Amino acid sequence: MAKKTSDHIQKPARIYYQDTQLILEGPLSNQTIPALQKQLKRMQLDIVGTIDISAVNYIDSAGVAFLEELTDRTGSTIDLLKANENGQRALETFSSRKNQKPEYLPEPGFFESIGNAVYDIKDSAINFLYLTSEVVLWSFYGIVHPGSRRKGSVIQQSYLIGSNAVGIIALLSFVLGLILALQSAAQLRQFGANIYVADLIAISMVREMGPMMTAIIIAGRSGSAFAAEISTMKVTEELDALQMMAINPISYVVVPKFLAITICMPLLVTLSMILGIMGGFVIGLTYLDLTFVSYFNETISILTAEDLLVGLSKSVFFAWVIVIIGSYFGFKAQGGAAGVGKVTTSAVVASIFAVIFLDALFSLIYMI
Amino acid sequence: MSNAVIQIKDLITQYGDKTILDGINLDFYSGQVTVILGGSGCGKTTLLKSIIGLVSPTAGEVRIFGEPFGAADEAHYNTTLRRIGVLFQNGALLNSISIAENVAIPLEQHTHLDHSLIDTIVMTKLHMVGLDHAANLLPSELSGGMRKRAALARAIALDPELLFCDEPSAGLDPVTSAALDNLILTLRDQLNMSVVVVTHELASIHRIADRIVFLDQGKILFCGSLAEAKTSNVSEVELFFKTGSF
Repeated sequence: MAKKTSDHIQKPARIYYQDTQLILEGPLSNQTIPALQKQLKRMQLDIVGTIDISAVNYIDSAGVAFLEELTDRTGSTIDLLKANENGQRALETFSSRKNQKPEYLPEPGFFESIGNAVYDIKDSAINFLYLTSEVVLWSFYGIVHPGSRRKGSVIQQSYLIGSNAVGIIALLSFVLGLILALQSAAQLRQFGANIYVADLIAISMVREMGPMMTAIIIAGRSGSAFAAEISTMKVTEELDALQMMAINPISYVVVPKFLAITICMPLLVTLSMILGIMGGFVIGLTYLDLTFVSYFNETISILTAEDLLVGLSKSVFFAWVIVIIGSYFGFKAQGGAAGVGKVTTSAVVASIFAVIFLDALFSLIYMI
Repeated sequence: MSNAVIQIKDLITQYGDKTILDGINLDFYSGQVTVILGGSGCGKTTLLKSIIGLVSPTAGEVRIFGEPFGAADEAHYNTTLRRIGVLFQNGALLNSISIAENVAIPLEQHTHLDHSLIDTIVMTKLHMVGLDHAANLLPSELSGGMRKRAALARAIALDPELLFCDEPSAGLDPVTSAALDNLILTLRDQLNMSVVVVTHELASIHRIADRIVFLDQGKILFCGSLAEAKTSNVSEVELFFKTGSF
């Protein structure tokens, strides 16, 4: 049997049936077997006693798999006596007869799945609470002992979370103010209540839209970054390395983010409130014929310190939820690049859901 | 010898201003296991990557199977790649799919074989590396050595004519390492496969090497048979074969 060279394994192989024998000719390679299988489908096979491979000049692993499948299907045997030494060696090297069956984990039943899900939820809740308590503990420790943190880490994180988000938050808040004003102006104008656009924009931006809009953007921007960074550190064993250097990973990785987002979020929300009100102001001046003074006075008169406090206090809670959820999913990551992608998506979805849910909860609390 | 599967002429590879490979002239022959040796940073992996086109040489030419080889002619590059298997240093398995699915990728992409036949070939290749019982596991569920063996199964899925192995024995226990060496020899003998191996493992070199290429600071210090390398009077080569260190 000839050694492998690229030319002869590309040549077509042939199969035919003669006196209860299946006779194969030419190379049996992964390139020639699909054609042989087609030839075989067209053949009328009665009884196959043996398979003659004496005219086969090359066999690779696909060839051996094909021959074994053929013997299983036809109940025949390979005439090894006619096979030359290389053919016999190929059959021995690439034989699938010795393959072990892979292990399959049994699929859990319906009730077992429900039970597993309940246990998962319980474990997740406990882990989440542990993480939250550790983050809070190490954050206070970090405030009291600034030397325990990596130097400049809070400033660096503030730059990433806060400064880099200024542009997008300013632009989106301004556009949001414009849209809100435009939509409400069309209705209020009918009743000659143009000036109340200023009230509507001020209250909605300060109490609701400013904090929530900013939190959603930060969840998408920074929450995903937290989850991706921590999960990558987890799968590349960087977190284990920190632990082995007697450095608490939460204190080293999460706390700077926690402190930075606690500082940046109220500032970003304040920016969002101002830009949203300015968006409404543009519509007031151009579409509703309001003056600068009247719009400004109306806005100031309707807003109270309580409104501002509600908006800003909410923003801090949103910030904490984003950083803790991002970190929680980051620490949960398993299994390389795919695991990183999975937890990043989950972190963003969970953060946005938590922000909206928390906002609804705050609305209820402040109503009471 | 005329049956050279790889011909390298005046190969120079630079990263920025730093010259990694400096005027390499080398041929690799059919049906031989060639071991590339050298200290850390001497350019072994860069040579391997320059040959397979993952690093673009600054100057010079690489010919594989007699044809110029490089990413410039994409169609020819891809056709030639189907005749080549590469075992990367860290395995480079796709983590989101099982090891059986990893091994099946080249068979599904480059052949028209039936799925049942592909499954059989995949299990055979996994059996050859001793992992048929673990076919359904994800790479993250395997040890480092098992990942390396699974990656070798993927590299030989198409029975390539040319196999490149970057540190195949690194991280393996001696028994698994010896079994892997025997597998490389079986493939060489059975398929007349040409194998290029980058390794430091002296025991492995003694078992598999037909030919030794010794690199130092981007240049070839020695090139010859294993027997010639053992009796070489080039001080670095002599030191390595006496002490196993560079």
